[in-house]
Amino acid sequence: MAHYYQPDIETMPREELRALQLERMRESMRNAYENVGVFRERFDAAGVTPEDLTCLEDLARFPFVVKQDMRDAYPFGMFARPNAEVARIHASSGTTGQATVVGHTAADLANWADCFARGIAMVGGSADSTIQVSYGYGLFTGGLGAHAGGEAMGCTVIPTSSGNTKRQVQMMRDLGTDILACTPSYALLIADTAIELGYDPATEFPISAVICGAEPASQNMKDEIAEKLGVQYCDVYGLSEIMGPGVAMECAEGGGIHVAEDQFYCEVVDPETLEVLPDGQWGELVITTLARECCPLVRYRTRDVTRIVDEPCACGRTHRKIDYLRGRTDDMLIIRGVNVFPSQIEQVITEFPEIAAQYQIILTSNGPLDRVELQVETVPDFPFDEVRKLEDLKRRLAAELKGNLQVAVEIKIVEPKTIERSMGKAKRVVDLREGTNR
Amino acid sequence: MISQLSVFLANERGRLAAACRALADAGFNMHSLVLADTADFGVARIFCDRPEEAAALLAEAGYRAAVTPVIAVRVPNAPGGLATLLEFCDGAGMNVEYGYCYSVGPDTAVDVLKIEGEGAEAKLAEGGFDLVEADEIYAV
Repeated sequence: MAHYYQPDIETMPREELRALQLERMRESMRNAYENVGVFRERFDAAGVTPEDLTCLEDLARFPFVVKQDMRDAYPFGMFARPNAEVARIHASSGTTGQATVVGHTAADLANWADCFARGIAMVGGSADSTIQVSYGYGLFTGGLGAHAGGEAMGCTVIPTSSGNTKRQVQMMRDLGTDILACTPSYALLIADTAIELGYDPATEFPISAVICGAEPASQNMKDEIAEKLGVQYCDVYGLSEIMGPGVAMECAEGGGIHVAEDQFYCEVVDPETLEVLPDGQWGELVITTLARECCPLVRYRTRDVTRIVDEPCACGRTHRKIDYLRGRTDDMLIIRGVNVFPSQIEQVITEFPEIAAQYQIILTSNGPLDRVELQVETVPDFPFDEVRKLEDLKRRLAAELKGNLQVAVEIKIVEPKTIERSMGKAKRVVDLREGTNR
Repeated sequence: MISQLSVFLANERGRLAAACRALADAGFNMHSLVLADTADFGVARIFCDRPEEAAALLAEAGYRAAVTPVIAVRVPNAPGGLATLLEFCDGAGMNVEYGYCYSVGPDTAVDVLKIEGEGAEAKLAEGGFDLVEADEIYAV
């Protein structure tokens, strides 16, 4: 028996949902056009007004916005509401440039909490559940987003934030955490720390689910987390420009992540031509907000690579899924002219049980050529005393990577803990190439 | 079987020194150390007192360290001591993964071998070789 948080919305018949989307999209566009300068300029330049939207497909006639537009509008240029109506401000991590600031009205925050609470229901959570939020709290949307979702559901919320991993394990055990919300790399670190402390969290801890997002994770890494903690893995998608975690969440059926389609309209476009692609084709995800009051966005290019999965889901939810993210168009590494996503490398690594999950990619210049070094660690019980076995492992891993990426990768096996364990977003790629400014 | 302490080390300046210092500070006396090195990493193979404890100490300090069972054979410190042993292994179908030797005084040498598969110790004993016991090398 499936369990919903807002059954009327989550299982709304498709036609009804599409009608709701169109109605809300028009309203959201008016809000953007009338109150945000950049949208008025762009719409006028493109010769379109919100009145031109007669069906959802008409959206393709409207211009895109990108992250740079939000940076240029710093701090309040994207706000459609006066300060008196703004309840909270979040900002992106700014790791790739000027921070982007996003405002939320009280209604925006309530909608966000509802979106995340739907995911809590997807992992079987209820008011009776205890949710431990080990995302960082602060300007980053992870902590407070998951926190509000837990409160909306009526859960007991433990706001541990990230860090102090041994205490995280102790809280998880002593307070009987049912659901852990954090980045996947941190979930793995917590699991490994629990195991190092002598516990078997899969059997000894009551935890039954993790809700993980904010950084890419391969299927193997998700499986490893699910196995070590003995939990259902729920992939949560979100981005601070759009809202935060909860834009899309994964139900127990898997096969992708359900977009909160009453709140967001998704298109997938070809990142080169910007043409809208048919369902099922991989491309860049473009999101239009349908109910955001303070910072409405029309056709925001997320840079995230996915596809729309338009198949009915056995869980009963009618909201369509997007596929698990394959990477970001701007995380994409161009190595010797070949497009490589770090997630592809991670996928290969996790197919080698001899190799631990942590890794780092070091890019350097070797004259005109790019040199790629992949640093990995063996698992503790690997027979590393035999040089031959280590060399053989390197050879097999290099061959597998070459086959998958079409790029030669040098493998370096390093001592444990050489690769920094992450408490937030893992730094997987160190680009030291000349002429790059990553 | 002898418990050899095996330590994986990055082939970088100071790593071996740091590992040795960690053992020294914890009072572990070493009786032999052999280094297998490649361009980017090395493996230190060590006989020391209380090898299980030493491995746990190093692992706790962030090293990749483990105890590996190896065979130690006492041979005459004379031409052919090692050759005879290896020929026997070859003849008995035993594949030697790696080995190293050290002299003990003017008359004796110890040959240390890691041999693939099971039963090597029994075969060597049957073949008349003098196997060294762990407590003859280090404090157990």
